[in-house]
Amino acid sequence: MREKLNSIDHFEALQDRLVSEWDRDVPTIVIPAGTCGRAAGADELIHATQQEITSRKLDGRIRLRITGCHGLCEMEPCVLIEPEGTIYPKIDPTEMARIVEAVARGEVLEDLLSQDPETGARIQKQKDLPFLKKQVRTILGRNEMLDPMRIEDYVRSGGYSAMAKVLARGAPAAVVEDVKASGLRGRGGAGFPTGRKWELLAKQPSDGGKFLVCNADEGDPGAYMDRSVLEGNPHSIVEGMIIGAYGTGATEGVIYVRNEYPLAVEHADIALQQARELGLLGEHILGTDFCFDISLVRGAGAFVCGEETALIRSIEGKIGEPRQRPPFPVEKGIDNKPTAINNVETWANIPIIIAQGAQQFAEIGTANNSGTKVFSLVGKIRNTGLVEVPMGTTIREIVHDIGGGPAGNARIKAVQTGGPSGGCIPAEMFDLPIDYDSLVEAGSIMGSGGMIVMDEDTCMVDVARYFMNFLKDESCGKCFTCRKGTQRMYEILDDIAKGSGTLEQLDLLEELAHVVKDTAMCGLGQTAPNPVLSTLRYFRDEYVEHIRKRRCPAGVCKELITYSINENCVGCQACVRACPVGAVKGREKEQHSIDAEKCIKCGLCRNVCKFEAVDVT
Amino acid sequence: MPEIGLTINGLPVTVDEGTTLLEAVRFLGWPIPTLCYMDGLSPYGACRLCVVEIGEGAEARLVSSCTYPAQEGLKVRTASERVLRARRMTLELLLASCPQSKTIQDLAAAHGVRQQRFKQEYEDCILCGRCVRMCEEQMMAKAIGFRNRGENRSIGTPFDIKSDVCRLCGACMYVCPTCQLRCTYNEPERAICGACANLTPPCIDKEQFNDMMCYMSPCVACEIEKEG
Repeated sequence: MREKLNSIDHFEALQDRLVSEWDRDVPTIVIPAGTCGRAAGADELIHATQQEITSRKLDGRIRLRITGCHGLCEMEPCVLIEPEGTIYPKIDPTEMARIVEAVARGEVLEDLLSQDPETGARIQKQKDLPFLKKQVRTILGRNEMLDPMRIEDYVRSGGYSAMAKVLARGAPAAVVEDVKASGLRGRGGAGFPTGRKWELLAKQPSDGGKFLVCNADEGDPGAYMDRSVLEGNPHSIVEGMIIGAYGTGATEGVIYVRNEYPLAVEHADIALQQARELGLLGEHILGTDFCFDISLVRGAGAFVCGEETALIRSIEGKIGEPRQRPPFPVEKGIDNKPTAINNVETWANIPIIIAQGAQQFAEIGTANNSGTKVFSLVGKIRNTGLVEVPMGTTIREIVHDIGGGPAGNARIKAVQTGGPSGGCIPAEMFDLPIDYDSLVEAGSIMGSGGMIVMDEDTCMVDVARYFMNFLKDESCGKCFTCRKGTQRMYEILDDIAKGSGTLEQLDLLEELAHVVKDTAMCGLGQTAPNPVLSTLRYFRDEYVEHIRKRRCPAGVCKELITYSINENCVGCQACVRACPVGAVKGREKEQHSIDAEKCIKCGLCRNVCKFEAVDVT
Repeated sequence: MPEIGLTINGLPVTVDEGTTLLEAVRFLGWPIPTLCYMDGLSPYGACRLCVVEIGEGAEARLVSSCTYPAQEGLKVRTASERVLRARRMTLELLLASCPQSKTIQDLAAAHGVRQQRFKQEYEDCILCGRCVRMCEEQMMAKAIGFRNRGENRSIGTPFDIKSDVCRLCGACMYVCPTCQLRCTYNEPERAICGACANLTPPCIDKEQFNDMMCYMSPCVACEIEKEG
């Protein structure tokens, strides 16, 4: 049990003590163990490290820190050695003995270091990785510094000082002014200025209480920024919310997190408990008159509950269904009380703004889009992972400089931003600076920050169909045009992908997409046609080719492709063995052939062929 | 009550605060088609037929007039090209899914929708939720509600078991705009029984009608006939 802090002085004394007791020079093995890290095998690494440290009697001489995700997905499970900053990617638990030994001696294991893909040179330090060079990691950079289950780690690294600063200053209106001056816009996707939202909340009558909500219902396929922040640094969210509550006069806070994120739920829960123990949350925070507490509400997995009015209903225990705005949540939210909802990343930015000062924060990024933004870079790209860059960075910089270009041989064709509600941006437009306004102009949205890279082996009709399939399941079904519209769009896309589409259907698809965008009530429905509209805008040729020539140029749509074997075939029989349905025939050392009747177009033969002898047409 | 000034189809009007756009527009005599809206029930905004255009220039957008409150200075257009295009597509979607409903057929005809270009479906319910709101708000029963989401959304009792709070009042059927809970005897393919038109339900001629009637067992129409 931690001792409760009764004053700001008490808190500062604790922070000073934690900093002075900390010996920076003790070598530390840092293992990122977010959900992704654990899936890649971080738990085994941790176990092996603990065993090695104990068996070598190195307790106290080498520290082990288990942190949240650092965003280096491509390198998981990895090990970071402090204070040098040496990084070992893709480590097998059996290597831990050598690593612990080397750390104890202060050596570096050359053979385990990562290699530059072009030059083959070994890269020792994390900061020299090409993936990290162009990034500005004000939010993600803190994940590696702390164990999310220990509030002391957060306090030592400067945590809760922004809150103490605000409490000591004593002028709530100044907090709102700071956030306004910083130019921070909501990181959930719509980009509404956070300071203005708070100003509106502060002006609401406070007789019945006011709510602040952290929206951690991250449901986009391929996006996991919010999860990493909530898992890796939950106290930054808690601190942000306390500061927000002080500025706006909110009395209750809610972290709405999807139940599919068990680790985030656990870490947020622990963070709240520890903050309460220290007197940073609850009645009379740090001995002042300011009271604020946060509860945790777990979402049941509906994508639409990320929409703020549906989220409010879900918190109230009702069916997650959006309603008409106005009245806006800031007037009538949870239980009809004024409510301000911000995304995880927005909250994580708040302590940074207060600590650095609004001016310094506004210097990062561009004029109307300040600060950094975290993206999850996934798809057909070499370096997948979490990318944090200043607003206004171009797509090219993210895809080619940070992402390292295509994963395979195929050329990159487009990126899809903003999740299922977003759109595809073609490679010709990669010089587009990423900010809220230019993305909307290009027919996409910022969204919460998913970024899926697609290459020439990706069929855009198939992509649109995939997202529409997701949306027709996730539409709440209240608005008729959204419910039926997404189903009908899927139906037409499915026809086109199967080769039975017509040009009239294509026109109908476009007409329908515009009407769904126009008539739906909430953000989900209004953006649901984006995958269709943006692919039609930039890749109409592909649609037409599916319809006119009954051909899929990317070789993806199963109904439109045939597999055949060319004269490169040496008759090795690898494909004969691989085929699950026995469609490949041929004797050893003779050219094989594929029985088109039997072939299920799974592509296994092509995957196993070492001679590029399997064609897809 | 404080009054609000707005412009509807170019005409400046004043309405009481709290009036919805639909109420204001209808009071002033312009027609707006609706399916999910019903006097006496809370507005829901599900059918999207009542959309009107508000705002100007790049800010112009469509909103459902039944749920949107009248606001000071608002410029409303009830029959702009954009509104009509949306309305026609919505009707086409309705016609594609529920072609047997006379209400929908009439609305489509009135708006010049003569064909539908999607694959024909034969559904009855458009999930407008009138029955759900009727049951909850006027009958105080809450026997039925929405279940699931997206394409799996449906209306019914929990677990499809007859609800203890249902009083078999029939209000849900009474308010249904597409007349979906009609008697279909034991031949679901003969969806239109014609009972409402000629007042002689076809089930009367049949011998056994014990457990294949509409959910109101025994069927009220048949009971009346028998007593007579």
